Amino acid sequence: MAVRQATELQNAAAERRLSSSKSLWQRMWAARWCYLFMLPALILSALFTFYPIVMSWYYSLFQWSGFTADKTFIGLSNYLEVISDKYFWDAFVRSFLFMLVSMPIKLTLALLIAIVLNDQAMRVMSPAFRTMFFLPVVTTAAIIGIMMTFVLSPFNGPINKTLMTLGMISGPIDFLGNPRLALWTVVGVEIWKWLGQPMIYWLAALQVIPQSLYEAAKVDGANWWRQLLHITLPLLIPFAIVIVLITAVSTLRVFPLVQTMTGGGPFFATEVMEVYIYRTAFGSDMGGIGVPRLGYASAAGVVFGVSIMALALLQAWGVRNMRDVRSAMETSGE
Amino acid sequence: MRATIVSIILIPICLLWIYPLLWMVSASLKTNAEIFGGLSLLPAEPQWQNYTRAWEQARIGQYFLNTVVITVSSVILVVVVTSMIGFVLGRYAFPGKRAIIALFVATVFLPTGYTIIPLFEMVNRLGLADTLWGVILAQSGGAHVLYILLFAGYFSQLPRELEEAAIMDGAGFVRVFAQVMLPLATPIMATVVILQFINSWNDFLLPLVLTLSRPDLRTLAVGMYAFRGEYYVDWSGMAAAASISLLPVILVFLFMQRYFVEGIAGAVKQ
Repeated sequence: MAVRQATELQNAAAERRLSSSKSLWQRMWAARWCYLFMLPALILSALFTFYPIVMSWYYSLFQWSGFTADKTFIGLSNYLEVISDKYFWDAFVRSFLFMLVSMPIKLTLALLIAIVLNDQAMRVMSPAFRTMFFLPVVTTAAIIGIMMTFVLSPFNGPINKTLMTLGMISGPIDFLGNPRLALWTVVGVEIWKWLGQPMIYWLAALQVIPQSLYEAAKVDGANWWRQLLHITLPLLIPFAIVIVLITAVSTLRVFPLVQTMTGGGPFFATEVMEVYIYRTAFGSDMGGIGVPRLGYASAAGVVFGVSIMALALLQAWGVRNMRDVRSAMETSGE
Repeated sequence: MRATIVSIILIPICLLWIYPLLWMVSASLKTNAEIFGGLSLLPAEPQWQNYTRAWEQARIGQYFLNTVVITVSSVILVVVVTSMIGFVLGRYAFPGKRAIIALFVATVFLPTGYTIIPLFEMVNRLGLADTLWGVILAQSGGAHVLYILLFAGYFSQLPRELEEAAIMDGAGFVRVFAQVMLPLATPIMATVVILQFINSWNDFLLPLVLTLSRPDLRTLAVGMYAFRGEYYVDWSGMAAAASISLLPVILVFLFMQRYFVEGIAGAVKQ
């Protein structure tokens, strides 16, 4: 019995092509084990991912604090308010700015370190350096955020004290209190915290490149730069697409660091989208003052989500187009 | 020769890199006056009572236990659930498969955060608000697209003969999965374990909101955040609490480094 079921399933793909005459129900029955196996994942994500997403669309049409029963239907008013709110657009731009600055620096630095550590001559020392660069990744973001407020503090913080002792600055720098510096300080800490992850990705990709290619290049008299430009970088491109994508997704989720380091301040200077949504949804911090507006926060989340989705689709479309163009060029060149 | 020069350049960079962590441990062993006073990383005399103070006042022990329970459970749940769905998505064709893949992929770029209230509501409605299960299930219920795709991709490459041989021996669907396929997928399992471990251990918003009314269920991250509000001036106590929170994971990492590195590398290599 079990044997037959399993073979049936295994041939499901072939059967689908061969006998389209089989009814949908028959095919679904044949695949019943497949559905059963998907069930746990589907139930969990239905409860904690899809339901909340759909509900937030629904809530975005209401004026609602989120904690009381009285909800007033107000149609698209929340959306109108969101798109005319200066703070929303500031946070919106800031989120993208954060990503556009942090990502290239993080990925380039990580690649640079990975290339240095991947050098055959560095075999002995590499693991120790790799460990140190990776160490911040295993720490807890929120706790690092809190510790960094001490390390960067203008009142006896070690960094300011060191810089002053060395005579590099005359007065302490208020890294997190100065509205013009705060966002870049957080970006810096974010890069420091997460750099190790893309570094490991790059190292993994570099190890796939066969050493014999470099040896052949050396015989041909190619120097380090030419090897980098003509062997390493071109061969990394397929990996680069995946690495950029994974890093982009994680760079959008900076809530723990920002919330613990600045809470979005000073004067909203570091308020990225996630913090804006949190602030409008809950009014303010734990037990703080401010009016929680869940309906409004939902609308803001929906607008932001749709924008990111559009951007991601655009990117996917761009990558595909580029590939088509390139392969067309390659075939015409031959 | 080149290695020596590069190493000489890299050593100070690396020490600077981990300086914030070194400073944290050093501050946890100093008096508050000492922290504000000098720059030396070595305390005049280690102040172990900072740790007892943090342990008692910040309830670090309780939070640590909560965090471990949440992380371990969510890692196990996520591995089981994503490997199962990855297995069928990677190896079988059935009606609705494309729709399900599309549904999951569509969630990748959704911002987190604004769905937290309906999620909070769902946890309450399921009667999980008073247990750690709320946080555990909510973490496991994120649509883990990357993990699912990793498993699906890996399972789809395994040769069909393996499965056929097992079926000839009388193995059913479940046994083919659990005894033949899953053991072959240990590299992917390692990747998912490590990535989910890092995710869960770093998670902040979810436990923050879900434990608002239950301080005893707080995780380390949330506990520290609350602790800071109360003891803002006690830098040494905060540093001690942070050290207790971070050092165990750092030690685990140092001892199991190979698995971490190979696990993370697995996300790209497959």
